[in-house]
Amino acid sequence: MSGRRIGLVAAEILTPVLLLAAIAIWTNTASSFYFPPLQEIGEAFAENWLFARVASDVLPSLFRLLAGFLTAAVLGVALGVLLGRVAWLRRQASPVIEFLRAVPPPALLPFTIIALGVESPAKIALIAFVCVWPILLGTMDGIAGIDLTQRDTGRSFQIRAMRSLFRVELPAASPQIFAGMRTSLPLAIILMVISEMVGATDGIGYFVVQSQRTFALPDMWSGIILLGILGYLLNLLFSLIEGRVLAWHRGAREQTR
Amino acid sequence: MLKLEGVSKRYGDENTGVLAVRDLTFEIGEGEVVTVVGPSGCGKTTILKLMAGLLAPSSGAVTIDGRPLVKPPLEIALVFQDYSASLYPWMRVAENVRFPLDPKRVSSAEATGRVERALESVGLTRFADSYPWQLSGGMQQRVAIARGIAYQPKILLMDEPFGALDAQTRAELEDLVMRVRDEFGVTIVFVTHDIDESVYIADRVLIMGPRPTYVEQELVVGLPHPRDQITSKEDPSFAHLRGIVYRSIRESTQAMASVAKDPER
Repeated sequence: MSGRRIGLVAAEILTPVLLLAAIAIWTNTASSFYFPPLQEIGEAFAENWLFARVASDVLPSLFRLLAGFLTAAVLGVALGVLLGRVAWLRRQASPVIEFLRAVPPPALLPFTIIALGVESPAKIALIAFVCVWPILLGTMDGIAGIDLTQRDTGRSFQIRAMRSLFRVELPAASPQIFAGMRTSLPLAIILMVISEMVGATDGIGYFVVQSQRTFALPDMWSGIILLGILGYLLNLLFSLIEGRVLAWHRGAREQTR
Repeated sequence: MLKLEGVSKRYGDENTGVLAVRDLTFEIGEGEVVTVVGPSGCGKTTILKLMAGLLAPSSGAVTIDGRPLVKPPLEIALVFQDYSASLYPWMRVAENVRFPLDPKRVSSAEATGRVERALESVGLTRFADSYPWQLSGGMQQRVAIARGIAYQPKILLMDEPFGALDAQTRAELEDLVMRVRDEFGVTIVFVTHDIDESVYIADRVLIMGPRPTYVEQELVVGLPHPRDQITSKEDPSFAHLRGIVYRSIRESTQAMASVAKDPER
């Protein structure tokens, strides 16, 4: 590692450390009810999340999040392929899709509660419903926009439909599919939290609301911080997967520059 | 072997559509190298797509060994001009060459052998594990040729394959095409707008007329084999044939230009 790089990494670490120190000093001296001292939050964090409540709250939350997101991915890609291939269907469906994705997601919460109850399936359905649109639109654009020569190449070599789908069309559309997923992932996290704040008996979102209602503010803050960390880590994980799957795309793009 | 009889192709409907090709009749014999040359915009790509089964003729018939062509046949492999789109950037070189070999028709061991041999004959064995975009344009087009060879077609259809390459690379690949014909006994139909190229590699040249295009003239190239970029092109008959092609194309180009100026004519 070059000296310059070490300097950059040090600066990256230094900023959060300084920020934390400032928060610690301020919360300690301010003695505010709303902003308890940082070490109290730290203690609450260790007490709750290392690892007493992992099984009871973190895992249910993660399960809902991933189940909703993956359901959306499967549905979005499947429908996107269909709409991407069939131009007239795409034209018919476009206004409907634009309307459905324009509905503010939390507005659907009362409906999912009355129709599907308050258990995990209702929350998964809500997350999936919201996350499906960006993935569907990305897949649709990707499939519809496949280069004519790429298509003709497949046709001229008589590539069978399923082989063509998995080895030509989906890879060709994968940059746009991933772009859709990247948009959906934060939506999934938001919807997970919101759905757990209304009519739930477990989950991180539930924990945050419960703590607030019992005026356990260090606990509440520890939940908020955990959500931030989870979001950060999920994004990181997503970027790693995307980087691996789309390595060819980055390489090819850099080549043409 | 590949036969076009009275083929025409109209894009769009009867009244407002554009006639791209009219009354096209010719035959490609086994083991021949036939070049199709014509003025820019005369509809060469349409002819190629008709021959490949990628386009259906509006009238007339395209047959291969007597069978009508309704979809791309196994006997034909295509090499496109746009190699960067025709090779799949998410597959490595060897995967690209192997991909058209359907696992249901070609055993895995057979496919591996074919890929190796094809890459060897285009001189790219060392690059089997590279991605196409890591290679130069000429090398990418070699990969596309290798893919065509490995498919073991009777006919290799090439659509202005070297149009985007520099002159030296183009010369190398022209010689490669003739070597491939000798080594694999494959028939080659080569669409080009390059006049020298159309004579240099051909046994026979089909000179196309202005749009809606048809076979304006047919030339048999009697230059001895193996051909050489220097001596074959010094041959007086090369200059003579080249002149015939050039004259025909110039006339067609002028004809198309006057139609464009005066569409009522």
